[in-house]
Parts: sequence; structure tokens; C-alpha cells
Amino acid sequence: MFRLIDETSVDTLKLSIEGREYEVPVGISVAAAVLLCGFDKVRNTPVTDSPRLPYCMMGICFDCLMIIDGVPNQQACQLEVRENMTIEVQQGAAELLQER
Amino acid sequence: MKNHYQLLVIGAGPAGLAAAADASRLGLDVALVDEQKAPGGQIYRNVGSAREGVRTYLGKDYLRGKPLVEEFLQSGAIYINNASVWYLDERLETGLLIDGASHFITADRLILATGAQERPMPLPGWQLPGVMTAGAGQILLKSAAMIPNGRVILAGSGPLLLLIAWQYLRAGVKIDAIIDTTPWSSLPGALPYLPRALPAFDYLLKGLSFMLAIKKAGIPVYKAVVDLRAEGHESLESVSFTTGRGKGNERTKISIEAETLLLHQGVIPNLRLPLAAGCEVEWDAQQQSWKTPKDIWGQSSVDRVLVAGDCAGIVGARAGELQGRLCALQSAHQLQKIDLEQRDRVATRIKHSLKKHLSIRPFLDTLYPPARAYQLPEDETLVCRCEEVNAGQIRQAARMGCVGPNQVKAFTRCGMGPCQGCLCGSTVSALVADETGASMEQVGYFRVRPPFKPITLGELANT
Repeated sequence: MFRLIDETSVDTLKLSIEGREYEVPVGISVAAAVLLCGFDKVRNTPVTDSPRLPYCMMGICFDCLMIIDGVPNQQACQLEVRENMTIEVQQGAAELLQER
Repeated sequence: MKNHYQLLVIGAGPAGLAAAADASRLGLDVALVDEQKAPGGQIYRNVGSAREGVRTYLGKDYLRGKPLVEEFLQSGAIYINNASVWYLDERLETGLLIDGASHFITADRLILATGAQERPMPLPGWQLPGVMTAGAGQILLKSAAMIPNGRVILAGSGPLLLLIAWQYLRAGVKIDAIIDTTPWSSLPGALPYLPRALPAFDYLLKGLSFMLAIKKAGIPVYKAVVDLRAEGHESLESVSFTTGRGKGNERTKISIEAETLLLHQGVIPNLRLPLAAGCEVEWDAQQQSWKTPKDIWGQSSVDRVLVAGDCAGIVGARAGELQGRLCALQSAHQLQKIDLEQRDRVATRIKHSLKKHLSIRPFLDTLYPPARAYQLPEDETLVCRCEEVNAGQIRQAARMGCVGPNQVKAFTRCGMGPCQGCLCGSTVSALVADETGASMEQVGYFRVRPPFKPITLGELANT
């Protein structure tokens, strides 16, 4: 759905989305990374189980809630990608965190 | 980071940056809190690390943010970035969430510069993956140098839609269609405001140059469109609409395949923090939005709270910056750093310039009114994206006797999700007003309650 204007001369890092490893530019948001890697959803809604992708990209709409490094309900558009980050699609309402 | 400052500024867009920089130079002990990692807000997002090359597609107005960011960084004001404001109360205690830990800050004065958000545009299918706001497209361009891949359509109304079309063209995006929902009737209504807008003729020239570039690029533009729909099953597949009346007074139904649809129908003040601080808000019929009333110095209805920029009523980046400077002068005066004479002397030029930048607003507001169809959507259209409540359910609640959005929330869960009504609030108030025959003032707006951001008990305890 989205691509980089210029694929050359970009510093990258490695992270995992839904268990697969991807290389993405340093400094972008998790939501941007998920769009760049071509995912068709970031979560399924709690009420009707419908797929959603990021909508506003500025922290207002909360449509991009994902499970990031094991923590659910994270706003993917407000978090920057980090090396070895684990990103998962959130299914329905967030589950309680187990003791970490 | 201390737990008390003389002045706390929230929001690092043009208004907040200018307010913090000036107040710090005037001798106040200032901190500026912002959710992003770098100063600039949405309009100048990422401008500090922008390379000269981006000028070709973001334009020179964007780079105007660079000296402002520099000015702020050198002013001595404390910069608290990556900080979400999850709590604010009428005693002006501010709760921040920074890297998994919670902090509380108090201040003698608070300047709220929380900017704007896009006006929600509820239409059938707007929740489908592939539909985003035009602002979201622009943020991807500014912060990640990303552009749509595949068929893309821009739809709605307003200057930002033209700007992003121009920026996309410069960045090499092939736009498949621009669907303009501005009604034909708005132009005659706006023309009387044109003479008053002439001091800001550079805004008008800019708009014309965008239109010219769009025409030159040969992008299909559909005008005065109605019945806009996003269609698809698991994601966006096509966009359908009915064109405005052509020469023979005919309307045509059209459907265009698309993977990305970017929607826009103007911006509205981001009122969450002004409401949380207890500021009065009022309905602005011309801008068709709620705003935070203030005096020329930015003084809100709450004693120690000042408001600057778009959160007090849409004024744009340049005027917002000037309002921030006036807030800084007033705060410095109130906290006895400058006397009345000095405040007024410095303010004279700022006020003069502010007047010029505000002169374009009545023209723009009346030229690009939000279409009624996307303020009062049809029954099946989703209004609350979080709790998935449609317009029919809200009308039903109003008919059952809900007189305002807070009752509708209790009956339907509309506005009860994590966005706390940011994406449905204006629609809910409009639907209730329309259904009950009451005015927007009588219907009112959602109450806001902390936490404004999802925060775990662990984060809350981690101070």
C-alpha cells in the first residue's frame, strides 16, 4: 500500500512482525513500518472482529492499537521502531498482561 | 525534569514552540511537553532532521519550521519529548507518561497549544483498511518519506487536500482521482469575504498554484460530488460517488478502483486538554466546530490557563505562532517578568502581523464548509469507530430522550472507546441536535476524563 520515495541510502534495522523478520528504515513509527511491510491489518476490532489499519497516524484515533514487545493496546503510530522489536496484530480486546 | 515550573507549555507545534521560546527568553522557568520525539507538531513534523531535498516535494512553507525549531532549542526552555499527557485536572496537575513511567508536573501558568485534528468524515466504509485521513498520508510523507503504492484517490474538501495533492505530485505519486465534495453553493457565499482576505493574498496565490499544478498534471477531478462511499470486504476495493450536476443538469454515478483513499474535510480544534483543564468551549458556527474562547492574549476562561494556536479555534500555523508569542508576553507579565508597557510595546507588531494572517479565515471557512452529508451520515454509517456504533443507533438514542452526547454514550457506548470521542464527538453532537431540534450549544460536547491515553497499572505505579 505504501513504499519509500527513495529506497537507497536508508539506514535500516531488523524487527519482527507476526513472527516474520523484516528490515525497515530507522526512525519511522511502528505503524509506518507495518504499512511499509504490506500488512493488511494491525488489529481486529473487539465488537465485530473487523480488520483495521492505521487511520490518523497522529495519536488521535487509536485504530492502530497493536501488541508491541508483548504489551497490548500500544499506539503503533506513536512508537518508533527499535532493533529486535516484536510486533503482533491485536485480536479483539486487549488481554491482561501476565507478570513480566 | 523538575516537578514544578513557572510555565508549562503543552504541544510543540508552531504555537507551543514560539510560546516556550519567547517565555524562556523573557526570564521564565519554562518546560515544553510534547508527544513526538522531535519538535515541530504535525505541520512542521520532523523538520529539524529534514534534508534539503524534501523542499522539492514538501515545499518552502514546511521549511519555515526549521528556524522556529532552532529558536526554541536555543531558548533555554526545557524540552520534554516522547511524553504523552494522560492526566490533567482543574488544579492543573499534569500527568505524563514517558517511556513506561508516570510523572506529575505542576506549574504557575499553563499554555495549551494542542493544535488541531482532522474533522471526522464518516461515510459508508470509512473504517475499511486502505481508508486514511489525508493528514495521515502527509505524516507518512514527512516522517517516513513514504508514498502510496498502487491506486490512490484523494477525497473531500479544503486547502489541505490541495496541498497534499501538490506534494504527492512533486514526490512522483500518480493520483488516480481527486473527488471534491465542496458544494457549488459555497463559492457565492465565500466571495463577499474575498476583499477582506486580500492582505493575505499569498495564501490565495498558493491555493491557485496548487489548483493549476493539479490541472496541468491531468488528474481527473470530480466536483461537487455527493454520495461518496468506500467499498470493499476486508479492505478498500473501490470508491463510488455521484458527480455534481454537469452542463446538462445531469448527475453521473461513478465507481473507481482504489487501494488507498485519503479523506479530508478540514481541521477542528483538539479540545481534550482545554476541556480537561476546565476551560469553557463554545460552538463556532462559521468554522462548524467547537473552540476554546480566549482574549487577544490567549487567556482562557480558567485563571491560570492560556491557549494558543488551532486548539483555540482554527487559525493556521503562522497565526498560531504569533498567538503563542502573545501568550508568552502575557505569562511573563502575569508572573512579573515584564511590565505592562513592555508587554504592549512588543505586542504591537505581533498583533499587526496576526491580523494579516487571520484575514484569510472567513473566506476559507465559507469556501470549504464541511458537507452536511458527512456531518449527518445515513443510519448505516459507522460514527464511533472504537465501539462500532452507527448513526441510526445514535438517532434512536436521541429519539428515546438522550438530550446530549454524554447520555448517548451511556446508552450506546458511543465515545466510550480509547479515542474518547475524538473521532465521533462532533458527529454525535450534530446528530442529536438534528434529531431533537436543539442547537449545538444546547446539546453540548462529550465530557473528557483521564486517563487520556491507555496506561497500565504498572506504568501508573512506576513513578
